[in-house]
Parts: sequence; structure tokens; C-alpha cells
Amino acid sequence: MSDTQAEAALSFVRHEPLPPAPPPMAYRGPVHRVRHNLFSSVGNSIMTIAALYAIYLLVSAIVPWVVNGVWDASSIRDCRAQLDGKIGGCFAVIAERWPQLVFGNYPKAQYGRAMLAFVLLFAALAPLLFIELPRKLLWFTGVFPFIGYWLIWGGTIWVPILALVGIVVGYLVFVRLERQSFFGALMAGLLAMALFWGLLVGPIASGLASLVPLRLEPVQSREIGGFMINFILGTTCMALSLPIGIALALGRQSDLPIIKAICVMFIEFIRGVPLITLLFVASVMLAYFLPPGTNFDLILRVIIMITLFASAYMAEAIRGGLAALPKGQYEAGSSLGLDYWQSMRLIILPQALKISIPSIVNIAIGLFKDTTLVSIISMFDVLGMIGGPILSSTDWFGVYWELYAFAGLMFFVFCFGISKYSQYLERKLNTAHR
Amino acid sequence: MSAVSDQPKSGFTLGMLVNDTRYRGYTFQFIAFFAIIFFFGWMIWNAVQNLAALGQDISFGFLGGQAGYDINQKLIPFTSTDTHFRAAIVGVLNTLLVAFLGCITATIIGVLVGILRLSNNWIVAKLMSVYVEVFRNVPLLIWILIIFSIMSNALPAPSAFRGESPEARMVLDSIALTNRGIYVPRPLWLEGSAIVVGVFLLSLIAIYALRRYAIHLLFTQGRTLPVLPLSIGLLIVPTVLAYFLMGSPVGLEYPALKGFNFQGGIQVYGSLIGLWVALSLYTGAFIAESVRGGIQAVSRGQTEAAESLGLRPRRIMSLVVLPQALRIIIPPLISQYLNLTKNSSLAAAVGYMDITGTLGGITLNQTGRSFEAVLLLMAFYLVISLCIAGVMNIYNATVKLKER
Repeated sequence: MSDTQAEAALSFVRHEPLPPAPPPMAYRGPVHRVRHNLFSSVGNSIMTIAALYAIYLLVSAIVPWVVNGVWDASSIRDCRAQLDGKIGGCFAVIAERWPQLVFGNYPKAQYGRAMLAFVLLFAALAPLLFIELPRKLLWFTGVFPFIGYWLIWGGTIWVPILALVGIVVGYLVFVRLERQSFFGALMAGLLAMALFWGLLVGPIASGLASLVPLRLEPVQSREIGGFMINFILGTTCMALSLPIGIALALGRQSDLPIIKAICVMFIEFIRGVPLITLLFVASVMLAYFLPPGTNFDLILRVIIMITLFASAYMAEAIRGGLAALPKGQYEAGSSLGLDYWQSMRLIILPQALKISIPSIVNIAIGLFKDTTLVSIISMFDVLGMIGGPILSSTDWFGVYWELYAFAGLMFFVFCFGISKYSQYLERKLNTAHR
Repeated sequence: MSAVSDQPKSGFTLGMLVNDTRYRGYTFQFIAFFAIIFFFGWMIWNAVQNLAALGQDISFGFLGGQAGYDINQKLIPFTSTDTHFRAAIVGVLNTLLVAFLGCITATIIGVLVGILRLSNNWIVAKLMSVYVEVFRNVPLLIWILIIFSIMSNALPAPSAFRGESPEARMVLDSIALTNRGIYVPRPLWLEGSAIVVGVFLLSLIAIYALRRYAIHLLFTQGRTLPVLPLSIGLLIVPTVLAYFLMGSPVGLEYPALKGFNFQGGIQVYGSLIGLWVALSLYTGAFIAESVRGGIQAVSRGQTEAAESLGLRPRRIMSLVVLPQALRIIIPPLISQYLNLTKNSSLAAAVGYMDITGTLGGITLNQTGRSFEAVLLLMAFYLVISLCIAGVMNIYNATVKLKER
């Protein structure tokens, strides 16, 4: 009775629960996130404030320097006059000395060749970097070193073409003998190639050059400088050190004691000394070890030493990959009846190289950065150019920051790009956990 | 044994050296061995001929000759009349000095940054990753040159400190930052200072013993001691007491402006500072990455297990996470120390006289003994590397997971 009365007295009865009220302002949205993450405790607040202050210092130092920067001036005095006491960079030096920073003393008329080689380099790298591209492009990658050499150093086209023919000859010998033994065929192919290069290239090239003089203006090695040299050294040594590194890593893992000892000694020796001593060897000592009268190009000597240096590190990276493979993979290869080289080529190395991609990329980045060391043995790479001709010129004496910041920025763009690319590649190749 | 006796006894042919897997390995090794011997023999033969043609020989006698050049930053006395050998020793000490200083600061920076990168504080974490990326992706040589040019161009000249209202002031009235280097006070060891130092060392030993005793007490009786306050007390009180009892035997000699330059104190040249700071910041970025990786590699379950045992957050870090993370962090850390030591050879770029600057630089150029100098240089770095690698192997053996 009373129930019905009470129901009658109420005009409205809610049948569904109220929707939950939003949390108080202090516990939601950006306010909460800021309080929770940035000011959760006294220590955290101090860190946040210190970090903000550091950012303020950096920004207040860099922004006016860049914004007030002078891009058009003929010398540092002109720059200072234009700045008129304001804080600002004198970027005019980069604008004016740009060709020197990039090409060194490369002849001005031939800049187009160097640019073309640079663009073609990326075309050649593309199929290596992006697996989606058609595999036929790899042929261009294979031919590029010869085109690049010809474009940069000039001279007759027959030398690079015959060098390429030498490789084809070696490959044919290899294919012919491959049935009998992979390793033997490899050695025979390399031997045939070396013989072709050593004995036939010189005479045939000069013969053909006198018949069909297809040549570019030759450029001396000492005229090459600036970023170009860092690029030439970085890419060449990287490309050369990968196969040598693989061979050394396999040698170090091998059961044959003498081969293993040779590889271990080589790797540990190279890894134990700084690159700069190896560059000293290249600049002052290597000539002693060659037959009397041979005169070797300095860039070539440096390429040899940096390649040896990089291949020791590469070997350690690949050894890590080899060691990380489960033993079952080796045994699977054996149980399929594959011999050593077959199982390495078809089973072990593809997986081991995939595992070692991060370390290989780190070595590539380190190698590219280390190419700046050649400035210490007075080669005119980008740092050599800055420290030598540019800073000692009367016009630009005293412009340090702009030049070093420019060089640093260029390296940062490339190295950061490579490391980001390798993270992408790792994700892409990660077939284990789908 | 049985496998061997099963083999047919006769029928060894020359072809089996290449085709039979039992002998092929020996053949290849034999060939490789002689190829290497031949290669080195060829190089040495060339070297002998080249040297003979130049009328030179291999001798290390040049080390006894007079150096004839001065070294500004040095740990032991050296003048230009000393020998090349002494110059090389000065260089070795300078290399070790910058490597030692660099390793300490790089570790501090690296550990701090590595931990801060994992912080919940978004701004701090981002700032630290910017630091790491910027330093890892720009060549060390550029950093050395940048910091060296700050030291030699952006800092005031000593004359700026002169006058009634000088443009530049000394930090805390004791440290002068000038473009000729940094002047810091020099400690003076007067009579009786040995006792103060001895007391300090004894108190260090006492702290170590106290910690051992506290752990012993905890394990046997379950009691805890207030270790931290006791240690701090032990560290400070006896040394301060000894200092005043002996009548303040340790003093400081402050640098002061006399004439055109500062006198007194220790002068640390800009080249050393530039190299040291650049090496520390550069290597610190790499160490930060290993520290971060090491901490992240300890599985979350370990932390949760420790939490469910009721450990407090600091204990979790010090007793559970760090010991496991250290096993992963230390090997790359030591190889970073090795890299730092090798990278210190870039001193040549800023004129810091390390072993590369003395033996591999001026001595080599003055005497023309490139062969011997470069060999000695390599031998020195090899010895250092092998020592560090040896330490690393010992450490790895001790912390290796004992698998059964």
C-alpha cells in the first residue's frame, strides 16, 4: 500500500544508470598528462625545469645565430659590417666556398661529371636498398663502379671497360669449373681475372685508345677533395670490405687451425690499432713494401688501408651473426648432403647476414664518419678543406662555427638517414615473429 | 679408432689431396700458409731493397737522440734537450691521461643519459635522445675541432681579467677560463700531509669493512645497520680531524694574473680540454645506448617478481635489475673504453701531444724514421688493446651465467 503511494508520489523513476561523470579536470587531458609525467614529484619537477632551461639556452643561442645569418658577403669583415654587432652566423662562406667544400680542387669545368657520378651512385644503390625494385637493376649496380671511376677520374673509357671484361672472364672461368668444386672455381676465377687485369688490360687499352679515342679529360687524384672524397672512400671501402669481412668471419669460424689462426691474428691486430696509425702506414710506409719504382696513388693506398680496417670490424659483426644461428641450421645443411660452400651459401650466410644487419650498418656509419680522419694525413677531404684553404684564406680567417656546423650537418643527415633506413630494413626482414 | 681402421689402407693417390675431404683441409691450409709466408717474404724483400736503395737501415737508435722540440702539456718534466725516447714516454703518459679522464666522464655521462632516456618525463627523455643522435651521427673529429675552437676562440684572453672592472672573472676566484687554457688551483703537499692522506685511505678501508660487517650481520642475525650515515661519517670525520690536528698541511696554490699571463696553479691547455670533452661527450652517447639497452633487456617479469616479494623500488633497482643489466652493459662498455683510447689518437688534429703527436708526429718527421716510429706506435696501441681485452675476458668469465 505504502509502496504504491510512494510510487505515485514520485513523478519520475530512472531505469538506467547515469552515464559516468568525466573525471575531474586535474585527472584528465593534457593537464593530467603534464602533471603525471612532468611534475609527479619534486625530483621530476626539477628535471623538467632543468630540461626546459637547457632547451631555452640552446634555442636562444642557435635561433638568432641562424635567423640573423648573413648569406651574401664577400669576406668576414663584410659579414661583420652587415651584422653590425648583432649575433648571427656568417653563412656567406658556405655560399661562396660551396664548390670547394663539395668538390675540393676538382676542375670547375668538370663538376657536371662528378654530379652525374653522385646521382648515378644513388641509382646504383636503389636496388640494394629497396627490395621492391626490379632485380634487373642490379646489373646497373654491378656496372656502376666502372662508370663512376671513369666519370670521376676521366681518361680513356677502355680501361674501365676492359676491367669489366676481366671480371666477365673470371666469371666465365668460375661458371665453367663450378660443377667440380665451388671453392676451386672461385679461386680459378679470381686468378683468371687477376691475370687478365695484370697482363692484358694495359696493352689492349692503349691499342684501342689509339684506334677509338673515347676519352674524358683526366683528373689527378690530388685534385679530388671535399665531400666527394668522403663519399668515394666511404662507399668504396664499404663495398670492398663486405666480401673480405665474410671471408674472414668464415675463416675465424673454420675448423682448420692455420686458416683460423691467420684470420684471428689479422682481425685482432687491425682492431687493436687506431685507424690513424693505419693511415700513417698508407701515407708513409706502404711505399716501402712495394717493389722499387712502383708509384701508387695516395687515394688508392688509403682505400686499401681503410678497407682492411673496415673488413676486420665487418668480420666480427658477421661472426656474431654466424654464432647466433642455431646449431641445427648447420646440421640441417649437412644432413641434406650439402658440402661446406653449398650450405654456407644457401643456408647459413643468408640467415647470418640478416642477423648482422644492425651491426653492419653501425660499421658503415662509423666508416663514413672515420673517412674524415684522412684530413690528418693532409688529404683535402671536407675537414681538410675547411682547416686548410678556407680558414687560412685572408677572406674567411676566423669563420669556424658555420663551416664545422655545415660539415657536421651534412654528416648527420647521411648517418641518421642510414640508421633510420636500417631500422626499417630490420622490421621488413623480421620474418620470425609475424 | 675403429673409424680409422675401417679405411682402406692402400690407394692413396695425389688427387685425394684435393678431392678427399679428409686431406683437402690440410692441402688448403698448406697452400694458405705458404701463400702468407710468400706474401710477407715478398713485402720484406721489397722493404729491404727499398731501404738499401735509400741508404737507410732499421734501427731504433734515433730514440736516444735529442728531441729538440717542446711539449706544453706534460706530466713529467721535459725540455727540448731531452731524448726522443723521453718525448715518447711523455706522449704515452698523455695518451693514458686523456684516456683515463675520458673514460671516467664518459661513463658518468653515459649512465646518466642512458637512465634518463628511459624516464617517464617526456621532455627529458626526448632531450637525451636528441643528444645521443646528434653525437653519434657526427664524426668525432668535427666535435674535437668544434670544442677546441670554443676553447681557443670563444674564451677571453688573460688580459681580459686585468683591471678594476675586468671583462672576465675567475670562477669562484680560483679557476680561470682563458683562451690559453684553463688554470686550476694546484694542491700543495706540506709536511704532515702524508698522514692526512693515510687517514683518508684508512677510512676508505674502514667503510669497506663496515659494509661487509653489515651484510654479515644481516645474514646471520637479521639486524640492519644504518650503513649510509655511518659511511658518510667515516668518510669525513677522521680526515677532517687529522687535517686540523696536523695544522692544515694541505693547501692550494691559486693561479694569479702576473704580467701578461696567469702564474701558479695548474695550466690545462685547451687542446687537452677540447679532446677530453669531445671524447667524453661522443663516447658518452654510445655508452648511453648500451646502458639503455642493458636495462631494457632485463625482463619485466624480474621487476614484477621483486615487487611481489615486497622489495622497495630502490632495492629492486640495486638488487634485481642492475646486477642483471650490468652483465649485458659491461662488455660493450669496456669496448667503448677501448674505442675511446684508440680515438684519443685524434689528438694530432688539435696539437695535443699524445703518443701519436710525439712519436708518430714530430719525432717521425724530424728523424724520418717512419718505419720504426709507426711500428712502435702500433705496438703501443696493441698492448693497450690486449690489456683491455684481457680484462674484459676475465670479467666475462666471472659474470657468465653458470649453466648446468
